[in-house]
Amino acid sequence: MTNHWVDIKNADLILVMGGNAAEAHPCGFKWVTEAKAHRKAKLVVVDPRFTRSAAVADYYAPLRSGTDIAFLGGVINYLVTNNKILHEYVKAYTNATYLVNPAFSFKDGMFSGYDAEHRKYDTETWSYQLGDDGYAIVDETMQDPNCVFQLMKKHFSRYTPELVSKITGTPEKQFLTVCEMIASTAVPDRVMTSMYALGWTQHSVGSENIRCMAMIQLLLGNIGVAGGGINALRGHSNVQGITDMCLFGEKLPGYMTLPTEQDATFGDYVKKWTPKPLRPGQMNYWSNYPKFFVSLMKAWYGQAATQENDFGYDWLPKLEGPSDALAIFERMYQGKVTGFFCQGYNPLAAVANKKKVSIALANLKYLVTIDPLTTETSEFWKNHGELNDVDPAAIQTEVFRLPSTLFAEEEGSYTNSGRVIQWHWKAADGPGESKGDVAIVAGIFVKLREMYAKEGGVSPEPVLQLSWPYHIQDLPSSEELAREISGRSLVGDEAQLTGFGQLRDDGTTACGNWLYGGMWSPAGNLAARRDNSDPSGLGQTLNWGFSWPANRRILYNRASCNLAGKPWDPSRMVIKWNGSKWVGNDIPDMRPDARPDEMVMPFIMQPEGVGRLFALNKMKDGPFPEHYEPFESPLAKNPMHPDTPESKSNPAVRIFMGDIDAFGKPDKFPYVGTTYRLTEHYHYWTKHSKINAILQPEQFVEIGEELAKEKGISSGAKVTVSSNRGFIKAVAVVTKRIKALDVDGRKVHTIGIPIHWGFLGVAKNGYLTNTLTPYVGDATAQTPEFKAFLVNIEKA
Amino acid sequence: MVQQSLNIERRSATTTPSPGVRHSVEVAKLIDISKCIGCKACQAACMEWNDIRDEVGTCKGVYDNPPDLSAGSWTVMRFSEVEAENGKLEWLIRKDGCMHCADPGCLKACPAPGAIIQHTNGIVDFQQENCTGCGYCITGCPFNIPRLSPKDHKAYKCTLCSDRIGAGLEPACAKTCPTGAIMFGSKKEMIIHAEGRIADLKERGYQNAGLYNPEGVGGTHVMYVLQHADKPELYSGLVKDPQISPLVVFWKGIAKPLMSYGLGVAVLTGIMHYVTVGPNETEEDETEK
Amino acid sequence: MQVTRRQFCKICAAGLGGSSLGLMGYSPGEVLAQTNSFKLTRATETRSTCPYCSVSCGLLIYSMGDRAKNARSEIIHIEGDPDNPVNRGTLCPKGAGLLDMIQSPNRLNYPEVREPGSNGWKRISWDEAFTRIAKHMKADRDENFVTENSAGLKVNRWPTVGVLASSSSINEVGYISHKVLRSLGVVTIDTQARI
Repeated sequence: MTNHWVDIKNADLILVMGGNAAEAHPCGFKWVTEAKAHRKAKLVVVDPRFTRSAAVADYYAPLRSGTDIAFLGGVINYLVTNNKILHEYVKAYTNATYLVNPAFSFKDGMFSGYDAEHRKYDTETWSYQLGDDGYAIVDETMQDPNCVFQLMKKHFSRYTPELVSKITGTPEKQFLTVCEMIASTAVPDRVMTSMYALGWTQHSVGSENIRCMAMIQLLLGNIGVAGGGINALRGHSNVQGITDMCLFGEKLPGYMTLPTEQDATFGDYVKKWTPKPLRPGQMNYWSNYPKFFVSLMKAWYGQAATQENDFGYDWLPKLEGPSDALAIFERMYQGKVTGFFCQGYNPLAAVANKKKVSIALANLKYLVTIDPLTTETSEFWKNHGELNDVDPAAIQTEVFRLPSTLFAEEEGSYTNSGRVIQWHWKAADGPGESKGDVAIVAGIFVKLREMYAKEGGVSPEPVLQLSWPYHIQDLPSSEELAREISGRSLVGDEAQLTGFGQLRDDGTTACGNWLYGGMWSPAGNLAARRDNSDPSGLGQTLNWGFSWPANRRILYNRASCNLAGKPWDPSRMVIKWNGSKWVGNDIPDMRPDARPDEMVMPFIMQPEGVGRLFALNKMKDGPFPEHYEPFESPLAKNPMHPDTPESKSNPAVRIFMGDIDAFGKPDKFPYVGTTYRLTEHYHYWTKHSKINAILQPEQFVEIGEELAKEKGISSGAKVTVSSNRGFIKAVAVVTKRIKALDVDGRKVHTIGIPIHWGFLGVAKNGYLTNTLTPYVGDATAQTPEFKAFLVNIEKA
Repeated sequence: MVQQSLNIERRSATTTPSPGVRHSVEVAKLIDISKCIGCKACQAACMEWNDIRDEVGTCKGVYDNPPDLSAGSWTVMRFSEVEAENGKLEWLIRKDGCMHCADPGCLKACPAPGAIIQHTNGIVDFQQENCTGCGYCITGCPFNIPRLSPKDHKAYKCTLCSDRIGAGLEPACAKTCPTGAIMFGSKKEMIIHAEGRIADLKERGYQNAGLYNPEGVGGTHVMYVLQHADKPELYSGLVKDPQISPLVVFWKGIAKPLMSYGLGVAVLTGIMHYVTVGPNETEEDETEK
Repeated sequence: MQVTRRQFCKICAAGLGGSSLGLMGYSPGEVLAQTNSFKLTRATETRSTCPYCSVSCGLLIYSMGDRAKNARSEIIHIEGDPDNPVNRGTLCPKGAGLLDMIQSPNRLNYPEVREPGSNGWKRISWDEAFTRIAKHMKADRDENFVTENSAGLKVNRWPTVGVLASSSSINEVGYISHKVLRSLGVVTIDTQARI
């Protein structure tokens, strides 16, 4: 979230699209009801289903799953055509005025640089025009046909209300009503917040869905302000924190990048990731990359990391190829993986195409699952009849199942969706011999380190040199680790640092994650703070926990003021320029003494200091979002590009051999399937909790009354839902809340498929719904397309 | 252990007057259906706090689960999909459970001394130790709330978390409600809060928004804010004008005083005879309230 | 008001069924009215955070016993922390049901192994588990580790092992996992956050 949970109460309009906040985040959703109660805010819900969020909405509009870009592109067209944008903001705080490489083009649904053979783009032309001084060239009049504003206007002019309605199935009148409501926030004293979740990410165009909304929020001047922002409502308790720790193959903690084979030396690497400013006088905060990186290496390798050995640069693995879950299981499927660890992760249920995942797991020599509960993954080899039809004798994988503790049995910190890090304390011991995850990781490492010390082996240095300064070798404490993450000086009294501003690239500081710098300052564990006072009434509670970065609660908050440093809306003042410095109700996201006339722009992490309407080369599938059909679409053609089959679906999406054959066609699978969560359950955990099993005991699917009638299915009847990859059986819930949509002259039915059941648990056993889902992900993030695929339904 | 902060207003089948000197605040739970997302957190909190668990059931083609109140489910959400004439869909979700009537039919009907009590703050509470399992509270309740347990043959229902209130806390359901659809406080404050909510709903186009605090049972200590107060039956059959069952009124108004005059069984027999020869009624009348 | 025959019979049955004038209100005697005793009176309260979604609601966990040496804590109740600025004491149905997650019959109590081709679990000690896992890892790492690529560049990569990390573990677990994995040369890492 650019903003945070409580801040939602400061909104005038709340758009819930690409998510179902009432259902998936009920306690965060309370701030929507507070905004309604205290600001007379309106709630708009756009969703294929009339959800529990819609139940309390002021306005609901349906759309076909997988067509969000068509809808949002139409909104951009509406805003630009009707001049509903915050001009001063757009001109100063976005790259609307920047001139783009004249070689950049968009034709037949494809951007310049497309390489059809490898299904990817050469992004060279997706760039700014640079002057001789190295700075980007801008056109303040925004009239140049190559300026971002004009390119954007042209790109989205194709998204007319008629075409939007034809693609999305949203009746034109309803689409325009939503446009008008959104446009009402283009003025300085009205703000919209966007609350989204996996309804946007789980598509082959997932990242672009979100970008499209980010563009809208920039056009409306709604980023950086109280009650605004683009707010990812994250799914797991610490999905934000683990993302920040960057447990991704290609990343290092704090969103740094793991070196690749192109980064031969430390010098090459640092140069590549330390950007030059693209406009004069900008903060360009990533220019501190070397400080963050060297401090990380000092935290990891301590005294062994020296100037002479480039702080252990060579010990870091150099990445080759993708390492997202889909890529991992593809390699496992091909038999290229020996051992595998699932730490609180149940991929047999959570990764696309269960059949493929199951075959892949059977190719392993050993599998280790670390979990408080029994999981389907740990028992992938066990026959559970139709629910898991495998032959144990044929599966040679050695499986270790290690019991870990739950939250109540440990202490440590979680980072919430609003980036607030909160410490929790231990209430009781875990059951039996269970151990905390830290003890399990440390236990395995210490054992392995002993073996390398005693027996030697291949490349033992990084293992033996790893800094391990913990009092109890096989049981580092959460406090020790939190202090290491936060950072300390390596000279003098070796004090904890107050923040990442103190980090150095000469080896005199150590910091496990620069973003968390200052979380454990000389004043102690700031994540454990519990002062909930809120003097501004905005809900900022600056002394509750610790919010990264630097305890800042609203990102880009410089943009809450106009160029002169005055808040767009004084009643919602986040920060302001008081004549000598930035002050207010938050930690300024700006150099504190940067005078407004210095024109230091608010988006300090970008080398140009402004928000990007044109994404340069940061997205794999284009600098502007474009509507592409889901890989399994009920339509024969993309109505945007009816004559270009290559651009029916996202041309930059990676597809593995074999997975194409597993895609279904609408002749056999005529309905749109979409998977989702219910409020009574949490993924595949709460089926083990009796209270939740009572509240929603048995697997079901939801269908509209019209389709039910057509297929002769009554509510409560057993049905079989199948895709080209398998089938599930469930109870039918026939509802008025899912309506057939009129799409491109034909009727499209949606089948709602809640996840949550499996072959283990205290709830009624059921089928893992990813039996149905396709093995294809978003071009940029590789999040699987769980929200739109093709299925059929029959009476069981 | 009697919680000193909870004083007794009256007890079932008991003539000993209750102490009446100490003052207490009348409490109420306000359920604002326009804010309810049907998440069932109230159901979960109720089960957890009260140490009750129903069986793990089945899906019957609706979201409602458990499908009905029981000795193990003192509150359930009832979902109904309502389509207005203009085609606008509304998903009306009502938390069902004891209304804690000011004039409780269950208590009036109960023949077991002290099995049902009403506290001076308005809570109607069942005392299972004294319950004989006759089920008369069920007949007496105009809202069809109490349920007999097949396990111990005693009647159970929401206590309004009298144990929590006695300790100075709010009911578990009200505390947990994520959207503030359930509020708890003095009845007076809850009515004022409801007025604000109703004004807001009217501004948002719900012309018939209103408070459900039915007179027929003397008002309730669980009240609803309804978007369509003119049509409570839209909310999974919420009773429009609840009245205490006539048979309970009869029992309290005629039969019990008659007993008091010592006529006992003889009189009962007489009355029975009178009724037996009286005009025949259809069986459907039994459900008439 | 109308009293029907069936209703009346029921009334009579109640009177007769009681078969005691006591039931008519004649001998109240020691009719005690009481509420359930308040179950948290001396329970230990611990502040925590909900492990489910990323609203990260504040929790108050109540456990039996006062942490005396001879008492083993057992969690008996969980409710929302009213001081937490986000949830302000509220919990959703998942959070409100956390007690049954902690006490789930499907919690694991000790390490187990499923031997290749077998059809069941076998209990093992932690030491055996760590030793066997470490042996597997070392054998694989020593066999498949790539020290240099074809161009002679140090790449220090262990390509044949993979890790999926939880998004529900604490930051400290995420950090130490990352630190350990990179020291071993692991590149195949992903988290639940991706999905």
